Amino acid sequence: LPLSLSLSLSLSPSPSPSLSLSLSLSPSLSPSLSLSLSLSLSLSPPLSLSLSLFLSLSLQEIMKWNGWGYSDSRFLFNKKGQAEFTGKRYRLSGLILPSLKDWFEGTFGANLQHRSPATPSLNLSAVAPPHLNQPFVEDLKAAGLSVSHDPEDRVFRAHGHCLHEVFALREGRIGRVPDVVVWPSCHNDVEKIVELACKHNVCLIPYGGGTSVSSALECPREETRSIVSLDTSQMNRILWIDEKNLTAHVEAGIIGQDLERQLNERGYCTGHEPDSMEFSSLGGWVATRASGMKKNIYGNIEDLVVHIKMVTPRGVIEKSCLGPRMSTGPDIHHFILGSEGTLGVVTEVTLKIRPVPEYQKYGSVVFPNFQQGVACLREVARQRCAPASIRLMDNEQFQFGHALKPQVSSIFTSFLDGLKKFYITKFKGFDPHHLCVATLLFEGDRGKVLQHEKQVYDIAAKFGGLAAGEDNGQRGYMLTFVIAYLRDLGMDYYVIGESFETSVPWDRVLDLCRNVKERIVRECKERGVQFPPLSTCRVTQTYDAGACVYFYFAFNYRGLSDPVHIYEQVEHAAREEILANGGSLSHHHGVGKLRKEWMKASVSGVGLGMLKSVKEYVDPQNIFGNGNLL
Amino acid sequence: MLKKRDDFEDILEERRRSSDLRYALRCYTPTLYRGLVPCKASMLKSIVLQSDHLQYVIKQVSSESGESTEGVSEEASLILDEMAHCLQLSTIRFFAFTLSKAFKRLFRSVCVNEEGIQRLQQAVQEHPVVLLPSHRSYMDFLMMSYLLYTYDLPLPVIAAGMDFMSMKFVGEMLRMSGAFFIRRSFGGDKLYWAVFSEYVKTMLRNGYAPIEFFLEGTRSRTCKSLTPKTGLLNIVMEPFFKGELFDVNLVPVSISYERILEESLYARELLGIPKPKESTSGLLKARRVLSEDYGSMYVYFGHPVSVRSLAEGKINRSQYNLLPRYIPQKPSADTHEFLSDAAFRLVRIQEENMVLKPWVLIATLLLQNPDGLDLSSLAEQTDWLRHLALAFGAFLDWPDHEACSEVVSCSLALHRHLLSVSAGHVQLSVTDVPQVETTPEEAVFHQAVVVLSCASYRNQILHVFLRPALLAMAMQSANSNRKDDVYNGFNFLRKVFSNEFILCPGDSDFEEACYLLMKRGVLQVLEHEIVMSASGHSTLAFLSSVLDPFLQGYQVTPHTQCVAVFSDHKRLILLRFEMSIFCFLCAFVIMASGRLKCYEALSSDLQKNALAAFLRLKAVRKVKV
Repeated sequence: LPLSLSLSLSLSPSPSPSLSLSLSLSPSLSPSLSLSLSLSLSLSPPLSLSLSLFLSLSLQEIMKWNGWGYSDSRFLFNKKGQAEFTGKRYRLSGLILPSLKDWFEGTFGANLQHRSPATPSLNLSAVAPPHLNQPFVEDLKAAGLSVSHDPEDRVFRAHGHCLHEVFALREGRIGRVPDVVVWPSCHNDVEKIVELACKHNVCLIPYGGGTSVSSALECPREETRSIVSLDTSQMNRILWIDEKNLTAHVEAGIIGQDLERQLNERGYCTGHEPDSMEFSSLGGWVATRASGMKKNIYGNIEDLVVHIKMVTPRGVIEKSCLGPRMSTGPDIHHFILGSEGTLGVVTEVTLKIRPVPEYQKYGSVVFPNFQQGVACLREVARQRCAPASIRLMDNEQFQFGHALKPQVSSIFTSFLDGLKKFYITKFKGFDPHHLCVATLLFEGDRGKVLQHEKQVYDIAAKFGGLAAGEDNGQRGYMLTFVIAYLRDLGMDYYVIGESFETSVPWDRVLDLCRNVKERIVRECKERGVQFPPLSTCRVTQTYDAGACVYFYFAFNYRGLSDPVHIYEQVEHAAREEILANGGSLSHHHGVGKLRKEWMKASVSGVGLGMLKSVKEYVDPQNIFGNGNLL
Repeated sequence: MLKKRDDFEDILEERRRSSDLRYALRCYTPTLYRGLVPCKASMLKSIVLQSDHLQYVIKQVSSESGESTEGVSEEASLILDEMAHCLQLSTIRFFAFTLSKAFKRLFRSVCVNEEGIQRLQQAVQEHPVVLLPSHRSYMDFLMMSYLLYTYDLPLPVIAAGMDFMSMKFVGEMLRMSGAFFIRRSFGGDKLYWAVFSEYVKTMLRNGYAPIEFFLEGTRSRTCKSLTPKTGLLNIVMEPFFKGELFDVNLVPVSISYERILEESLYARELLGIPKPKESTSGLLKARRVLSEDYGSMYVYFGHPVSVRSLAEGKINRSQYNLLPRYIPQKPSADTHEFLSDAAFRLVRIQEENMVLKPWVLIATLLLQNPDGLDLSSLAEQTDWLRHLALAFGAFLDWPDHEACSEVVSCSLALHRHLLSVSAGHVQLSVTDVPQVETTPEEAVFHQAVVVLSCASYRNQILHVFLRPALLAMAMQSANSNRKDDVYNGFNFLRKVFSNEFILCPGDSDFEEACYLLMKRGVLQVLEHEIVMSASGHSTLAFLSSVLDPFLQGYQVTPHTQCVAVFSDHKRLILLRFEMSIFCFLCAFVIMASGRLKCYEALSSDLQKNALAAFLRLKAVRKVKV
């Protein structure tokens, strides 16, 4: 029994069940273990059947099939009409959020009586039978690879988390899904799969954590070949750690939180923390040019990678050494970074690592208005003294964050809160409808953190900022981890929404934020949305020459016949507005299929041609045919 | 008739009933722009002087000229002092009082469309507003500020010509009521342009006040709309192009006068008597006008036009992404085209919303009949013309429930100084000429004044007849019913007259003309032919004679210009005519009745337009001697 349990778990695509168990297994043991598994799979068909059943069962137990994250964690309005967050995984879990209902109803004009529940379970008959390339599947099996064409496995890997994708799942609508799922367990497996795919001319779509928000995982409608989802989740080991050079060599399928936890146990971290890090994979980060919350200290993914190994139809691409920087023509890593699965599968990555910081401190600053806040962030960037993370939320988002305040346990705390509010709004004269808040995260050794903190607060003071405590800061960061869960709650009550992002030079930040938010409001109105939408933004990263701006947009769709279409039109208009205001097509979400139409305008015809010619050389058969980017 | 479009309110009615003083001192709480950045007039100056844009240009000018940056900054500051307004509510109150008195004496009524005011109230809150009134009289901008004060709307700042500033006291009064002064020409002066454009943009971006300027650039002496200027339009649109504002609302305003205060002044000016220099003493002398009756005045606030929707699909705002926004950028070819297109569109909206009085119909008829008409026949023809005008979409204010003859005699009474009426016969004629002996030249001059004054009324309705009239002329000259021939003729005329009338390059004027005449039953437009219907003759004859004076004027122009050009300081010389074009014009003239005495050809405006058209068509060219 213990053996079968560990088998099922190592097969599971989700990172979390391996939490407790992988701890007990020494890294040297696990490869042999997975080897034995694949052996057993290929040897006895009945066993493989029961295993794959077990696999899909455990999948649903842990992750939602039609929403974000863990099945046990979700927001709901209880019988008293109070919001609560279920499960045990997060700081908010098990808590009552008394003000969320009022905020929710007030902001969206939503009503708890008006529900729009999701289809409870996947209707298997809605899934088209797989279009199999038999010889290919035979060859895979002969090579000892785990393969499945179980509908649940296929549906699970057919989507990311764009609104239209999740909305369709909730309605039980299933489009084109991959015909086969294959789980390689190491680099060599991937080489084999790619070779076979070329031989049999099937379409491969690499799948990491499935957190894409650019339609990157959608199967292209025009694809006539058999589509194979290449799930990297079993390639999840840290292969070595080099403490002399502070690097780690890691298989690309590893999930962010597993990587960080395992490194922490050794006293290290990568410091790469995108908001999706609970579920997204290292290979996915590389393939989309991901950005982490703490990039000010650790850098974005392109700064973190030292070496990348990728399997392409032409063979393996990698550099010959681990030198920290090279002048050897254009950096071939930059063909891989952001290639969005169109050129091959990233299998192994050497990353920089850092010792786990001694001390961490959250903080927050309240500004009288957004302009002052942006001016402060600009100054912090100018002085190059940004903390690990610094984010500025606008007034709407500040109020949103406030709505997530859990029930306070003592009268004293609520008294203190009241006092704070009084001080800021009455004594300091901040208008509660204009003030905004910056959240901060400092990291490092204690002395330096405190010194750094003072420096930042001093700058903030020059722009009218008031320190507003650690608690507000921490809650700000929590919002980014639970926002996707909140979207699922919204969808239960006729509210749909999503986020999108851009990067923009400093002098255009304010204009872009204002114009995009206003464009959203206006477009919604013109398209017959009955209630004003939530249209809010935050400046979420600072750079020397500009900032990353992140928008949330949601609205109540009661009375609309095709809400998703309207949503898409508005988002399209918002993107046009971003581009017209000097913003980029994407800062870290990537292009996928959602933003493809603007690629040429973004990188020029010649630029696009360069990328296309690389694609043509590397993958002339279009084996990696997910249709992203180009 | 007017009710079809909007309800008008006579604002003088209330003034005649209640105290002007109380009105001038009443509580004034204008609706404000929601993005307003509160700021005083004095602060505006320092914002402008410290702006990145101006600082950049100052450095540039300083490095080009070798002057110190302090020196250039000082110069910029002086320019700004000369330019800037200092809007004060107290001055507005003073004007509210005095203008109430004046308007009540001058006008029977001042009618404003209420819905337009409501729309403006809405627009003012949403986005910064630019007011674009038509310009026929000095009264225009005084009236605008007066109206906005009356309706509790934010007071505008107004781009005014420098000429006013030279008026002692009055210039300063105007400045305090929101006028800012710009030089008439500052072509290559980078610094001046930078100060000026930054000043306007700063006010717009901060939502300081609605910006008011005249698209036509100057008062139209002929009451025809002038070809719009795009410089200021570009300045007020740029904050939108560059993303500094979400949108800008352009509000075209049409101001029309039943009788224009400057009527005979304009006519004299057109005949070459220089415009009296603006001076305070001149203004005082002009008090005489206060004793006369100028009938009614109409102000129509049009629908706000959003720059964002105008530019949709026409301007690629990304073109501004690659240069820091404070660095001045010449508008691209696309932008130029867009600006000119937008300007034409806005002027056409002004034209369409211009309220017309019966007199403009009568003036049209009297000009076509220099020997005069019997009252009864005049009334009959006016009635006929009225229906034609209405069918073509004229915005005609015809009194309800009044007999046509009644209406005609009322109009004649108001304009009696241009007419002689005896024994039921009406004729345009000189009435108030001193009885001393006049030379024949003087007699011609006086008659020309009357004709040109009268023409300025006919010109107000030209935009209604213009396109069908061009078609009518084209048909007469084509000598065939082939659609292609007519179309070519139409296009030729359209080209020739595009300096004279508002003819927007991209508009489908031919189709519009065909449509209107078909609707009226004058024409049948077949696939390859255009056929006149049996009853259409009189309409076509009328229409083509509407444009006769212009055609004749254009034909005469070459002769007069030859003389004028030789004596011109610019030392232009007329070398050579393209015979074909000249002959073409002659052909048209032969088609026309030929009986008209060509007083209108004496108009300097017409000659100027004609020369410009010939230059454009390369029928003549400029040569330096």
